[in-house]
Amino acid sequence: MGKVMLEVKNLKTKYVTRFHEDVFAVDGVSLKIEEGRSLGIAGESGCGKSTLALSLMGYYFAPLHYLSGDIIVDGVNIAGMKPDEVRRKVLGQEIAYIPQAAMNALNPTMKINDFVNDVMYAHGSKMKKSEIREMAEARFNELGLPPEVLDKHAVELSGGMKQRTVIAISTILSPKVLIADEPSSALDVSSQKLVIRMMRQLMQKGYIKSMIFITHELPLLYNVTDDIAVMYAGQFVEQGTANEMVFDPVHPYAKGLMGSILVPEAGTREVKLTAIPGTPPNLKHPPEGCRFADRCPYAVPTCRSLAPEMKTFSGNREYRCLFSVKKLREVYSDGTGRRSGEKPAGIDELIADQ
Amino acid sequence: MTAVDHVDFDFNEGEIVSIVGESGSGKTTLSKMLLGLISVTDGQLYFQGKPRDISSRRKKQEYWKNIQPIFQDPFASYNIFHKIDSVLLDCLNMRGFRSASNAQKVDMMTEACSFVNLKYAELTNKYPFELSGGQMQRLMIARIFLLKPKILMADEPTSMIDACSRATILDMLLKLRDETKMTVIFITHDIGLAYYISDKVYIMEHGKFVESGKPDDVILRPTQDYTKRLISDVPKIYEPWDLDAI
Ligand SMILES: Nc1ncnc2c1ncn2[C@@H]1O[C@H](COP(=O)(O)OP(=O)(O)O)[C@@H](O)[C@H]1O
Ligand SMILES: [Mg+2]
Repeated sequence: MGKVMLEVKNLKTKYVTRFHEDVFAVDGVSLKIEEGRSLGIAGESGCGKSTLALSLMGYYFAPLHYLSGDIIVDGVNIAGMKPDEVRRKVLGQEIAYIPQAAMNALNPTMKINDFVNDVMYAHGSKMKKSEIREMAEARFNELGLPPEVLDKHAVELSGGMKQRTVIAISTILSPKVLIADEPSSALDVSSQKLVIRMMRQLMQKGYIKSMIFITHELPLLYNVTDDIAVMYAGQFVEQGTANEMVFDPVHPYAKGLMGSILVPEAGTREVKLTAIPGTPPNLKHPPEGCRFADRCPYAVPTCRSLAPEMKTFSGNREYRCLFSVKKLREVYSDGTGRRSGEKPAGIDELIADQ
Repeated sequence: MTAVDHVDFDFNEGEIVSIVGESGSGKTTLSKMLLGLISVTDGQLYFQGKPRDISSRRKKQEYWKNIQPIFQDPFASYNIFHKIDSVLLDCLNMRGFRSASNAQKVDMMTEACSFVNLKYAELTNKYPFELSGGQMQRLMIARIFLLKPKILMADEPTSMIDACSRATILDMLLKLRDETKMTVIFITHDIGLAYYISDKVYIMEHGKFVESGKPDDVILRPTQDYTKRLISDVPKIYEPWDLDAI
């Protein structure tokens, strides 16, 4: 087992609205990422993915509030730290964060090179400007960005180029964890592909030691991250490798999500898309029992009163449902299940292992 | 500048066709021409076998009963000062139910809402901006349900939403198509969507169709470099996605 870069234990955070109502957007999330690995987080909008991303940085400001739980980055718990300390010691060098609209956050009147200097000096770098420049050029080169970009203003760059530049600058201190929240969703497919390629290079070249990648686009996650967690109503409902999650989901919600995947590939046209009726619950008043029960085609009365815990199965996989894995697989095999294409090799043994 | 350059195509009743291209390929210009929102400088549009005539205001209104858009951004397509009832009432008026009884109108609006899993009673007196993105999108389909156009132009109806709500909306559109035999034109950059939903696919680059045909032919066996690139740009799950192929 590799060194654990990020471990989160039962994290709970909430928003307090203008009307003093609580929104429990992250309600007991646990996860663990080892060095060199990446975790994808999927789920419909409103399930708390972006709030989790914000919460993981340990940097809280209104309306977001920390409630309880641990965020351990390479052995250090940052959950109780003061915002000022988090800003100085954690952001940028331990954890880097890229929000969806990151590219729009670049001040148009500054040169890209100035941003690099800012980041370095804000973190107490003693390097000379010329040394920083040299380092930045080398890093840009390694990531497939032309170093001339350093002399440009943000307005001179295309959307995709801006986003890749932001990613290169945000990770220039080689953080232990990169958290990317829909970093490519606003781009067209060709720019998206370049962003994804850069994320992969960052991991392969060791410029980031682990990554959390958030998107509702499952084919993208499948290609980018080693593991996938599916989030629903502020909690994870299933976790496993990307392969297990896409081809052998167990939780009915994960199953529904995988059934909504559209890819331009042979065999997918003939299988009917599955839609999950309804919408996620309001997180001001999360349901008492299973949070998915209202939309779950297999729910029984107990589901509405008894909240399931995360349970481990098949080695490292986890799911949150009152039904056994065996029972769920039985239910799926009678035709109500996923849009099945060819299964990747090895998945059958995985299932047999259980 | 020519945004759309000599394109030929025809759509049949009940058919679903997709026009696929990147932003800037001319898709949206083409959809506006079909809707009669911008003029065609050269060439002819035929509707139900006759040259389309939208030369007068009245003729235009008549044409718009038959062709209806669903736009990219649901928030942009509603007048934010109109309550939701009036959005739906407008549809009934357009279809000539202006003089129907109030109860009759409410019945029809209730039916339309329940078709898209919305509760009419919960929507009355609300403004569009009080709805979530998903509810807005479903409200747009409820409008289509009331208008029952011959042609529905869906200009990236699913770009802003997650795969899950996309599946729900596609389900509803297909159901509506089956019931009313309307023709659906998808204007999209989503090649996975086009592959799944269409009877016929047109690939558009720089205002021209570079390739068209059955989805299995165009998307599984593309002949044009542009089509190949569009396909290679999107992530796959059964075949490896080659990130280095540009
Ligand atoms: N600033 C805020 N104040 C109050 N509630 C919020 C705020 N931002 C998000 N929420 C609520 O928190 C929940 C989770 O939202 P979010 O984390 O954005 O989900 P996702 O990223 O999965 O779409 C939603 O119910 C949303 O309405
Ligand atoms: Mg989000």
